[in-house]
Amino acid sequence: MPPDHNLDDYVDPYSPGHRHGGPLRVGLGGPVGSGKTALAAALCRTLGAEYDLAVVTNDIYTTEDADFLRRNAVLPDDRIEAVQTGCCPHTAIRDDITANLDAVELLESRHPGLELVFVESGGDNLTASFSYGLVDVQVFVIDVAGGDKVPRKGGPGVTASDLLVVNKTDLAPMVGADLGVMRRDSDAVRGDKPTLLISLREDPAATEVAEWVRQQVRARALQEA
Amino acid sequence: MTAALLALADSRLPAGGHAHSGGIEQAITTGVIGDPVSLAGFLRRRLTTAGAVAAGLAAAACRAVDVADPAAVRPADLLAALDAEADARTPSPAQRAASRQQGRGLVRVASRAWPDPAWASLPAQPHHPLALGVAAATAGLTPRDAAHAAAYLAVSGPATAAQRLLAMDPITVAAVTARLSPEIDRVADDAAAGDLPADTDPLLDLLAEVHAARNDRFFAS
Ligand SMILES: Nc1nc2c(ncn2[C@@H]2O[C@H](COP(=O)(O)OP(=O)(O)OP(=O)(O)O)[C@@H](O)[C@H]2O)c(=O)[nH]1
Ligand SMILES: [Mg+2]
Repeated sequence: MPPDHNLDDYVDPYSPGHRHGGPLRVGLGGPVGSGKTALAAALCRTLGAEYDLAVVTNDIYTTEDADFLRRNAVLPDDRIEAVQTGCCPHTAIRDDITANLDAVELLESRHPGLELVFVESGGDNLTASFSYGLVDVQVFVIDVAGGDKVPRKGGPGVTASDLLVVNKTDLAPMVGADLGVMRRDSDAVRGDKPTLLISLREDPAATEVAEWVRQQVRARALQEA
Repeated sequence: MTAALLALADSRLPAGGHAHSGGIEQAITTGVIGDPVSLAGFLRRRLTTAGAVAAGLAAAACRAVDVADPAAVRPADLLAALDAEADARTPSPAQRAASRQQGRGLVRVASRAWPDPAWASLPAQPHHPLALGVAAATAGLTPRDAAHAAAYLAVSGPATAAQRLLAMDPITVAAVTARLSPEIDRVADDAAAGDLPADTDPLLDLLAEVHAARNDRFFAS
């Protein structure tokens, strides 16, 4: 490299950090069965009247989660897009986000006033995380039934997500999980980043998570202004 | 020069290829592929038909951008004609859709990697080989390079899909792909030098159509 070479020449000026306008994109990731689709459905129900919103699902088979959302009529059909991930849910949200970007852009072009898009990843493992080229903020959903050691095990989802949701607190007595331990271990690895212990069974409106999402929408609007 | 070609053919280039199996998923379901030998046979067959066509189109698209006198022949017209040629050589609607989907993905990453006015000459959702040809041109590569990338990708992506679906030994699969190198080179050289190839394989067309109708597929194609 010649000494006078400007390092900015190597950097794409249109990188995702510079994306302006468009909806807030919220990633919902986490292990298989932790409650990602249930959370997406709850958020759509609670926030659907407040925001112009849409959902992208990622599944092993084409449409299981999308069908669930359609069956439960949480959103009109044309606001739900399913993505196929070629046997690799993780790649589709982090390493090669093409199919998900296509889906988000399709929803954006179909609904020009879109304010909020949830992207649910395929059920994966504790190392799954979203690229910030795809989402603006990400929620990692684990559940109590997987055992109270999960937050301690860590991984990028638990430690680095913008919001950690520990779902299914109603099951704690059944599986002998100590919620206090989960809270303590989460706080220990997450610094200032928030953790919410919830039960979608007991609070189908996902009240606290919905409030967090509202804050994110407001924060983005401030950034854009 | 070579480094840009390697970047273009790298499976880690985030252009969406990982979600496509190039017919492999359906070939496995129907029993056409079940082991490394049948995989090698399928890949060779794919290389010399769909691969040759893709290589020829990629080389031609690269050449279209490099035309000496853009005032006389507009690259956009040449690329539109090539896009129609690609349609004509792809009888399966599912394959046409898969090609355009991957073309769009490649444009997204390559146009940011190598910004160039030439990108504006491409149709909105171009066939993948056309995007590859323009990417090669904007990266300073030759039509022959574009053909090599297309021919290589015609086997490397599907090979990985087979490895995932059959839980094959990755080293065995890598060896199959590597040993196809001389044939990949030959297909690419021929495709770049001569007229646009028009080889077809009814099996690939059929597999693509049956696959598209399934609702239990892992791969988009
Ligand atoms: N007891 C209890 N069950 C819940 C709760 N939330 C979700 N479930 C159930 O957990 C199961 C899995 O929920 P999903 O929302 O499908 O989980 P998911 O994370 O989307 O699953 P995948 O997409 O397959 O990874 C369903 O049967 C839900 O009804 C909860 O708070 N308590
Ligand atoms: Mg789900």
